[in-house]
Amino acid sequence: MEGTELGWWGVLIAVIGGAIRVSTPYLFVSLGETLTEKSGRVNLGLEGVLVMGAMSGYATAVLTGQPWLGVLVAGCAGALLSLVHALVCSLPRVNDIAVGIALFIFGTGLAFFLGKPFINPSAPRLPDLDLGWWSDSPHIQSALQISPLFLFGFALALFLAWALKNTRWGLVLRTVGDSSEAAQALGYNITLVRIAGTVAGGFLAGVGGSYLSLYFPGTWNEGLSSGQGLMAVALVIFARWDPVRCFYASLLFGGATALGPALQSAGVTANYYLYGAAPYFLTLAVLIYSASPRKALEGAPGEVSISR
Amino acid sequence: MTRSTLSRRGFLKRGANVVAASVAASAVPGMVAAMGNVTVGFIYVGPRQDFGWNQSHWDAAQKIAAMDGITVVEQENVPETAEVEKVIQSMIELDGAKVIFGTSFGYWDSLKAMAEKYPDVLFTHIGAIWKEGDPTNVIGYRGYTEEAHYLCGIAAGRMSDTRKIGFIGSKPLYFIYNNANGFMLGARSVAPETTMNVVITGDWNNPVKEAETTNALIDQGCDVIIANVDSPKVAIETAEARGVYTCGYHSDLSSLAPNGFLTGAEWNWASGAEFVRAFVEDDPYPNLKRGGFREDMVALSPFGEAVPQEVRDEVMAAKQGFIDNSLQLYAGPIADNQGNVIVPEGEVRNNDDVPFKLGIDWFVEGTIG
Amino acid sequence: MNSVEAVAINAAAFVITLALFGIYVATLGHNPLDVYYVLWLGSFARQISIESTLTNAAPLMLTALCTAIPARAGLLVIGGEGALVVGGVATVLAGMLVAGAPFLVGVTFMSLAGALAGGLWIAFAGALRQYRGVNETISTLLLNYIAIAVMYHLITGPMRDWERVLKTSSWSIPDALRVGALPVIDVHWGLAAGIVVCLILYVVMRRTTFGFGVDVLGGNPRAAQMAGLPINRMVLICCFMGGAAAGLAGAFEVTAVHGFASESLVVGFGYAGILVAFLSRQNPAAIIFLAIILGGVAASGGLLQRRFDLPDATTQVLQGLLFMIVLASNAAYGRLNVFQPAAWRTA
Repeated sequence: MEGTELGWWGVLIAVIGGAIRVSTPYLFVSLGETLTEKSGRVNLGLEGVLVMGAMSGYATAVLTGQPWLGVLVAGCAGALLSLVHALVCSLPRVNDIAVGIALFIFGTGLAFFLGKPFINPSAPRLPDLDLGWWSDSPHIQSALQISPLFLFGFALALFLAWALKNTRWGLVLRTVGDSSEAAQALGYNITLVRIAGTVAGGFLAGVGGSYLSLYFPGTWNEGLSSGQGLMAVALVIFARWDPVRCFYASLLFGGATALGPALQSAGVTANYYLYGAAPYFLTLAVLIYSASPRKALEGAPGEVSISR
Repeated sequence: MTRSTLSRRGFLKRGANVVAASVAASAVPGMVAAMGNVTVGFIYVGPRQDFGWNQSHWDAAQKIAAMDGITVVEQENVPETAEVEKVIQSMIELDGAKVIFGTSFGYWDSLKAMAEKYPDVLFTHIGAIWKEGDPTNVIGYRGYTEEAHYLCGIAAGRMSDTRKIGFIGSKPLYFIYNNANGFMLGARSVAPETTMNVVITGDWNNPVKEAETTNALIDQGCDVIIANVDSPKVAIETAEARGVYTCGYHSDLSSLAPNGFLTGAEWNWASGAEFVRAFVEDDPYPNLKRGGFREDMVALSPFGEAVPQEVRDEVMAAKQGFIDNSLQLYAGPIADNQGNVIVPEGEVRNNDDVPFKLGIDWFVEGTIG
Repeated sequence: MNSVEAVAINAAAFVITLALFGIYVATLGHNPLDVYYVLWLGSFARQISIESTLTNAAPLMLTALCTAIPARAGLLVIGGEGALVVGGVATVLAGMLVAGAPFLVGVTFMSLAGALAGGLWIAFAGALRQYRGVNETISTLLLNYIAIAVMYHLITGPMRDWERVLKTSSWSIPDALRVGALPVIDVHWGLAAGIVVCLILYVVMRRTTFGFGVDVLGGNPRAAQMAGLPINRMVLICCFMGGAAAGLAGAFEVTAVHGFASESLVVGFGYAGILVAFLSRQNPAAIIFLAIILGGVAASGGLLQRRFDLPDATTQVLQGLLFMIVLASNAAYGRLNVFQPAAWRTA
């Protein structure tokens, strides 16, 4: 078949490009959730935070014409929404997972409500960096058109991995998350640390949302997030609370998402629903393979209810 | 009746006088008829502001709301479950609705069931699959968008440099196949060596997948993209950013792609207003209304700047062909992409050959997908 | 638990929610009293409103159990959506097998097939956790996506009914085996199933040794281990029961509502069920009540849209608000002296 060879190259390029394009929201949300969970709380509501971030970022960009301002506003909106989670969970006998689900519903509801007027207008997109200048192929050039946010996320993953181990606040965060008794004995303000962890996590998730609305796919409507926020929270467990592994997991998930469309456009058109579910099959398989029945999850914060 | 005055005061404050006041009045059952007003209920499967399918119906709803003596009540995001029947009943019993517009395919069974239960109420459905024996207070209506896709295809065939065009479909349903075939037949009518890649995303609305699919199609060399999804905005903007041509669907999307927009396939749901008028004035109405350009039930978006005059002329000539019936979409010879002859040379499948069109589950020759 | 206290606190939370929602709609220019009236009108004031409410509530009762029962054993299962889908598909297949069977036999067989499929689906997640150490929250989330994808694959391929032109769907079950509406009230039989299953599971979880053992396990796994309870078996049974309830919800969506499996099974019943489960604090009897409340919010949400031209998301805002405040109100337990005769106190 003429053109098949180019076709398979096309698939590969599309998967690599797709991994980079699709992964960024997963990366930001999972980094945010890592921070939150390291402090000893689970915020299942980051899906709502992500959607709220996407909406507010888009709305800001539409109104001001400044996409970067949109990213900032998205982060702040995410932080604000997560602050609600943080404060409610600071009350005694309140289940953080349930509050997360409430935030999920409340956040998406509020974003849909406020976002109605912004579905039709087009917002300016975030610029991208051309890292494919060395290649003659327009396909490679386009696959390597990378958002600065992706690179920022990558740098952030490295930084967080280092900071959690080597800085004072990293140690405080981990202590509070691992054992509230130890933290209390050391005189840390547990509530405050957890609020900080949750709010910081919300900020990152909001930024992840603005990537969706302002860069890729770069639009705002109510179907924008197909569960990226929820899935990213799951990826944290998959990545064992390690920021660098979050990066790998996001790339893997993004690449698997891009596989279906890439194969279909190359003419492999049967079973597309199953290819579409590839990321989920893959994640489950890796989980089953890598989990261990005997020892507790390595890296799991001791206070987090989800890691039992 | 303290409550009704309360409601009315609350509404009048909003200043949307006539419509709002009559809605408030309907808070008290029985008052609608007394005011000589007819309430029309619109049910959407998604958000009515989606820059796509639902919005095309919302536009129609707004036109109907502007008619004299008509009040429109709307409910969005109604899933195709047991809830539909309850929403219809609630509109009829609590709002006094006399006409119900069900704007999603999957509402069909519910609409039929409710039509039997409420013979005085008029029901419309956008699937146009009403048949003898179904309740007579139901209207099915729908435009042949495949004709508009044919015209888009002509523009695509003329503008494509790579001779590869891309079609993104949401679900594997007959009208998606028809639209894809229309697009391809149009392209091949002017550029017979054209091939078309078809990708079915499997979702009505999934922006990430649609954007990713657009990118993948472009990576495969396609340089004209059309997206048959609920909100084609993402695909069009993505294609525009990558510098390839696009065609629209549902409504006029030309503003989204100032450089690469060719033209687009649009609905014309204006018949809905006619049905309402006929119902109010007790005139007869059809149970089935289908049509293409000839019946003015589909439309073509304005051409984008990229389209040269001779291509515009060619497209408009074909449109005139549909209008005066000199051009038929499924005119033989037509083979599918497996090599089976579907319509032999010299034969024509007419536009109103319903069983043929509903049965289409194949793509024409030259389609990869 | 002190039930007077629980009722008082929940009622207070409800009132606070309504007050906040009133402020919200007032800022949008609507009179809160009108809005309250419409909320009442759309959910309970008329027969059609009650029917809408109960129709919405029926599947939620069953999907809520999918989270509530495993939660009693200390698991966070969010797989109701997937179990419902799997149950629906199994029901269609069973319906194909028993075409021509007497009504009761056929319907029983289909319902059992749906429940069995849903039960095994969630039990699989339970087994992965007990024997492989795979976190059940993430595995059930993944299983949701997988179930939906497999169902879509089946209804567009191997099980597709090409006669249904407007929707991709599976074959239909025989018309003779379709379940109609309940007597007196026009709500499908899934409602009766939901109430009965909730009550049965209430008795099982609250009045049997097994239920007591599960509570021990959920409260303190180490204690359960030391007491020699068969932990693995108990977790699997809880997961199975929860999944079976959600699978049964899928079975009724097929036998009573659609007659076939399609994308209409994936409308968020599973996720709404999680909400109901947490609101009811995993109490199966309370689930009945809370599913009806949530169903009422959804039903009146439609009327809010129609009367005030508010967008559909208003309902979601209200639900989120209600949920958040009810959860926050948990902090009030034990704070109010009125409710604290020392003997009643529970940890």
